[in-house]
Amino acid sequence: MAKMVRTVTDYASARIVQRELLEQARQRGYSEETAFAIRLAFEEATNNAIRHGNAMDPAKGVRIEYEVTARRTTISVADEGRGFDPDGLPDPTCDENLEKPGGRGVMLMRAYMDKVTFNRRGNRVSMVKHNRP
Amino acid sequence: MREQDPRLRLSVNGNVTIIELLDRKILDGVNILQIGEQLSALVAQANAPKFVLDFTNVAHLSSSTLGVLITLSKRVREKAGQLRLCGIQPAILEIFVITRLNEIFQICSSREEAVKSFV
Repeated sequence: MAKMVRTVTDYASARIVQRELLEQARQRGYSEETAFAIRLAFEEATNNAIRHGNAMDPAKGVRIEYEVTARRTTISVADEGRGFDPDGLPDPTCDENLEKPGGRGVMLMRAYMDKVTFNRRGNRVSMVKHNRP
Repeated sequence: MREQDPRLRLSVNGNVTIIELLDRKILDGVNILQIGEQLSALVAQANAPKFVLDFTNVAHLSSSTLGVLITLSKRVREKAGQLRLCGIQPAILEIFVITRLNEIFQICSSREEAVKSFV
């Protein structure tokens, strides 16, 4: 299956792409656990891009590229924002941050995917999840 | 403007209010916002509330949902109340463990255990 490219502008259209991606994963025999991880990471990446990156501006697009093979799923999500420094985020699991309402999205992406990288500007995240039977 | 769909179902057991989350997926901005508003309204009306938040229907959530829960927990505490979570599926519980939020919330295995746990 070739790489798929989609541009979304809001949560509803991102969910459509999510369903499409997860359907492909299901067809390729991904486990429930792996599909759960992919769904969560996709959700966090697109939510961040729409809310923080594009500041909910419907005139700005979020470009999603993904490829689902029997061995792995790769996803990249790019917004039109200024970007951010993912290494500069406070650790949400430190005692002093535990009760802060935000700041867990990137951590969850890293916890659930096998590889998570950001471009230099910090407005595109690329993620890989291996399909382990 | 269209009225919000109910996102919660309430029932009362003694002096405990059980709040059942009705959405299977609590993921994006729209339903999280509505759930947050509906929970805030419940806390605002209550005095020293004893709330059980039942996750039995919830198969997916996101970090935004965790933020709503933290805000709810703080508001309940400000009202001298107590909050319990129950019915959390194993995959969701793992998110609480990874984020260490299982240390912030009192998580019970069942609704009955949650109701009994109040002092």
